[in-house]
Amino acid sequence: MIGVRDFSTQLGGREVLCSVTFVPGGGAVTALCGPNGAGKSTLLRALAGLLPGGQPMPREVAYLPQGALCAWGLTVRQVAELGRIPHGDRNDAAVQRALAACGVTALAERRVDRISGGQARRAMLARVLAAEPKVLLLDEPVADLDPAACHDVMRLLRDFAGGGGTVVVVLHALELAATYADRLVVLQAGRVVADGAPADVLPAAAASFGMVLQSGAVPLLRPLVPPLGAS
Amino acid sequence: MLTLLSLMLGAAGLGVPDWGILWQLRVPRTGLALLVGAGLGLSGAVLQGVLRNPLADPWVLGVGGCAALGAVAVFYWGISAAFPPALPLGGFAGAAVGCLALLFVFRRAQSGPGLILAGVAVAALASALLSLALSAAPNPFALYEITFWLMGGLEDRTLMHLALAGPPVVLGCALLLRLGPGLDALSLGEETAASLGTPVPRTMRRAVLGVALAVGAGAAVAGGIGFVGLIVPNLLRPLVGERPGALLWPSMAGGALLLLLADMAARAAGLWLPLAAEPRLGVLTALLGAPFLVSASRRMAA
Repeated sequence: MIGVRDFSTQLGGREVLCSVTFVPGGGAVTALCGPNGAGKSTLLRALAGLLPGGQPMPREVAYLPQGALCAWGLTVRQVAELGRIPHGDRNDAAVQRALAACGVTALAERRVDRISGGQARRAMLARVLAAEPKVLLLDEPVADLDPAACHDVMRLLRDFAGGGGTVVVVLHALELAATYADRLVVLQAGRVVADGAPADVLPAAAASFGMVLQSGAVPLLRPLVPPLGAS
Repeated sequence: MLTLLSLMLGAAGLGVPDWGILWQLRVPRTGLALLVGAGLGLSGAVLQGVLRNPLADPWVLGVGGCAALGAVAVFYWGISAAFPPALPLGGFAGAAVGCLALLFVFRRAQSGPGLILAGVAVAALASALLSLALSAAPNPFALYEITFWLMGGLEDRTLMHLALAGPPVVLGCALLLRLGPGLDALSLGEETAASLGTPVPRTMRRAVLGVALAVGAGAAVAGGIGFVGLIVPNLLRPLVGERPGALLWPSMAGGALLLLLADMAARAAGLWLPLAAEPRLGVLTALLGAPFLVSASRRMAA
C-alpha cells in the first residue's frame, strides 16, 4: 500500500536519500537500522507522505516522529484521543484499548508533562494506536524506555503485525531488531546497503556501524516478568 | 448581570440612566468592551495554540501595532478631523496591511517559529514608523491625540463605532472558532499534525486572517489594548485543561468578561478616585498584564 521506488531527496542541498526502493510488507515488522544521518527518519517521512509532493493518509497510516512530545499539559487520555482526529470521532473503546496496550491505563488522567519520559513516550504510542491504522511508522519508539518496556513495545508491534498490520520501525538496538523483526533494512549514507531476514542481514547492519558481530551471537535480553500491558 | 451593571455605571454615578445616555453612551461602550475583549481573548488562545507558546499574544504578531500605525496615519494627514469614521477605517486598513505583510513573510517560513519572527519583524517596523510619525507630528494637538489613542479606551464611542467594528470582529471570531481540531493536532508538532490530516499551512493562514479581522477591527475603535489575549487563556488553562481546542470558547467569553470588568473598573476609578480623568483602559490591562508576565516567566523557569 505504501512504499517508495527509486526515491531520492535532498535536504539543505545534501542528498539524504539516493534512489531508495523500499516497500514494507503487510503483516510484518520491518526494522530500519543504520548509523546516525543515514536517512532513516527521512525515509520514514517519505513513507508517511510528509515530504514535499507527498500526501499523508491519516486514517490508514499513523506516524510517530523521533522524540515526539506534546506542547501542552494534556492528560494521557487526551493525548491518546488526538489519534482519533483523522476519524473525527471520540471512539472511547479504541482509546481505552490503546491505553491498555501501552500499559498507561493507570496514568490516563495524569498530565503528560508530569510523568516520566518513558511513560510519556508510551502515551505517544497510545495516540498512534488509538487511530486503529493499517500501517505504523515509528521513529525510535523505544529510545527512552527501560529494557523491559522495550520488549513490551516490540511485542506490541509483533501483535499488531500478527493482526495483518504493517510496521516500519527505526531501531538502534540490533538485538531488538534481531528478536522481533521479520525484515531488517540497513541504510547507510542515503542508500539501502542490506535488506533481508535479520539473521542474514545482521553482519551488514553491524558493519554499517563499523562493528562486527562476535561469532554470530546476538546478545539477547529476555524479560522474566510479564509485560506491563498484560497486567 | 455585569452587562446590566456596566450599563448603569457612568460619570453621573451608579443608577438607572435615562434613555438617551443609555443608548448614546452606555450601550456602545458596553457592547464594544464585550466585542473587543472577545476578539482579543480568542485571538490569544488561537495564537498560543498555533505557536505552541503560552506567551503569544495578538500584539506579538504586529497586528495591533499596524492597526495603531494606520489610525495614526489618518490623524497625521488630518483626515479624521474632516471625516471622523476615517479613524477606525485607518486602523482596520493598517491591520489588514500588517496581516498581508505577515502572510508574505510567513510564506517563506511556514512554521511556528517562522510566524513569531515574521510577527516580531512586522511589529518592529510598525513601531519604528509610529515613532517617526510621532516625532514629526504636525502640531502638539495631534501628538496629544495620537498618544491618547495609543493608550486605548472606550469612552465617547458611538453606535457607529459598534456597527463598524462588529461585523469584522464577529467574522474573525467565527473563522477562529473553527480551528479547534487543527490546534489540538498542532500540539503534537507541525509534522505530526500533518500526518493526522491537518492542513498545517492553511490552518495558519486562517489563524492569521481571523486574528487580523478580530484584533484589527477592535484596535481600530478601541486603540491599544494589550495583554488581554495573553492573560485570558493562561488564566483559563488550570480551569478547563490545556487542550487548545477546548480553550477557544472559554477564552472568547473570558476576554469579553475581562475587558468589561476592566472598563467598569476604569469608570469606577474615574468616578470615585481623586483622578483628573478616568484611567485609560489600555493602561489598566497593561497594569494587570505585567505582573502576570512576571509570574508566568517564574513558572516557566521552574
